Amino acid sequence: MNTHGIWAIYRFEMARALRTLWQSLVTPVLTTSLYFIVFGGAIGSRMQNVGGVDYGSFIVPGLIMLSLLTQSISNAAIGIYFPKFTGTIYELLSAPISAMEMVLGYVGAATTKSVLLGLIILATAAFFVPLRIEHPGAMIAFLLLTAIAFSLFGFIIGVWAGNFEQLNFVPALLITPLTFLGGAFYSIDMLPQPWRTVSLFNPVVYLVSGFRWSFFGKGDVAIGVSLGVTAGFLALCLVIIAWIFKTGWRLKN
Amino acid sequence: MTEPILTVAGVSKTYDSGTVALQPTDLAINRGEIFALLGPNGAGKTTLINIICGIVTPSSGTITVDGHDAIREMRQARRRIGLVPQELHVDMFETVLATVTFSRRLFGRSGHSDYIEQVLRDLSLWDKRKAKIMELSGGMKRRVLIAKALAHEPEILFLDEPTAGVDVALRRDMWKLVHKLRAGGTTIILTTHYIEEAEEMADRVGVINQGKLLLVDDKDALMQKLGKREMDITLSEPMADIPAALSEWDVSLAEDGRRLRYVFDATAERTGIPSLLRKLADLGIGFKDLETSKSSLEDIFVDLVADKVAA
Ligand SMILES: Nc1ncnc2c1ncn2[C@@H]1O[C@H](COP(=O)(O)OP(=O)(O)O)[C@@H](O)[C@H]1O
Ligand SMILES: [Mg+2]
Repeated sequence: MNTHGIWAIYRFEMARALRTLWQSLVTPVLTTSLYFIVFGGAIGSRMQNVGGVDYGSFIVPGLIMLSLLTQSISNAAIGIYFPKFTGTIYELLSAPISAMEMVLGYVGAATTKSVLLGLIILATAAFFVPLRIEHPGAMIAFLLLTAIAFSLFGFIIGVWAGNFEQLNFVPALLITPLTFLGGAFYSIDMLPQPWRTVSLFNPVVYLVSGFRWSFFGKGDVAIGVSLGVTAGFLALCLVIIAWIFKTGWRLKN
Repeated sequence: MTEPILTVAGVSKTYDSGTVALQPTDLAINRGEIFALLGPNGAGKTTLINIICGIVTPSSGTITVDGHDAIREMRQARRRIGLVPQELHVDMFETVLATVTFSRRLFGRSGHSDYIEQVLRDLSLWDKRKAKIMELSGGMKRRVLIAKALAHEPEILFLDEPTAGVDVALRRDMWKLVHKLRAGGTTIILTTHYIEEAEEMADRVGVINQGKLLLVDDKDALMQKLGKREMDITLSEPMADIPAALSEWDVSLAEDGRRLRYVFDATAERTGIPSLLRKLADLGIGFKDLETSKSSLEDIFVDLVADKVAA
């Protein structure tokens, strides 16, 4: 196992974030604060509790999920897209490092960054609303599992993308709407039919629901189902990545 | 003969676009030699090198590096290889030291080493080690690429068009380094489209054109071949055998005895042409035409390439 190689990629990716540390820290703190001022303060004060949970607290898991999903994808996608773009990928392709070791470096760094981001948002939220976390272990596990799954997904996007537009397309035009429609800011019980049923086809519903369960002990769908969907997505991404490296798709010619 | 350090067997490449960049190629590189792959632009030099280094997937063939199959024993094979690519692919935002340390680690070695300092000093990069790569000139960036390729102490170093667009100082430093590396036992394979460069540097030369490795020979033998010229004498009367009186000259018959071909060394003081012609006159052998091959080294090379492709 080429641990030095994995470590090299991991450090490189973390250093990239450190160079823009200010941006990496301030952006999530600022946006989270804005969400609480708008949703929690202005609108939330007029909203009733959702299932016995104060609205401001209710949106915290969804808010974290929103950033976690988009940032995991972006981080991992840029990580592998950039060497392709600059040509420095020649070195990765010629190095004695296996596909899975390379993924470990890139996805490991992207996961670390988005988990830290999730925790920063959580800490910021604690300033605005009372928080209770009923299953802290499950909360961390969910955070990790989701970050890994979507970093893997981002890695695939980065390999697939041929330009910067395509790179931004998935997080901005697919994941963000799916998260907004996936019950980040409401319980899907609040939706009229047929939208409630339609929502069940949105995979993000299961992520938000599972994560919310770890906070408040209840979600839109059973926790087992949430866990199953997340793990299934993670496995699917792993299979696709294995295929990418086996065929050299979009990496080698 | 010791085992070759690198063996290429039946390696070919057809790109997805349909371009046949490399026809099935066999090549063996000796341990410790400097090998020049000589050929015009688009000949397939980069393709061959990139296949050996694992960057391009070959359409066929196998590669063995120091006894290790490049695919089945990828780690052992790749650890032994360092590549300086043709293009200036660098991480603009990294510092020199960071990017060279990254390379060393990526190839499976611990990042802490005096060796990196040595390499940076040899390449006059030590003073610039804390500079961001984007602040460096093109020549300096190329030095960084060389340092990256050497960072993991490879046994085989590939230099793809190392002197294309490079200033005199870098060229001199690079040749100094290449000789130092070779003295330390490193095998060096470089590509070039300059005959002079192959002549100056290499122990052996492979000539490649249009995806075909035309010949591989010792530099000296090749240079002699390249220095050899032919004179074709079209005879008035076809000749069945070469008269014994002409045995002094390197002559042969062609085209059913209608032509006498004389091979001579154009670089020699005496070409033997006047005496041969006098001898022919003495023997009463008449001829209608005389033709010699072109004069510049470059032209001879082009002929050589054209001949071999036509054959
Ligand atoms: N990625 C690629 N896709 C399609 N054709 C390519 C690619 N890379 C090189 N070629 C073609 O393959 C041939 C050999 O190119 P190359 O190996 O770069 O030659 P050299 O290094 O000798 O100049 C050329 O005709 C070139 O246009
Ligand atoms: Mg080339």
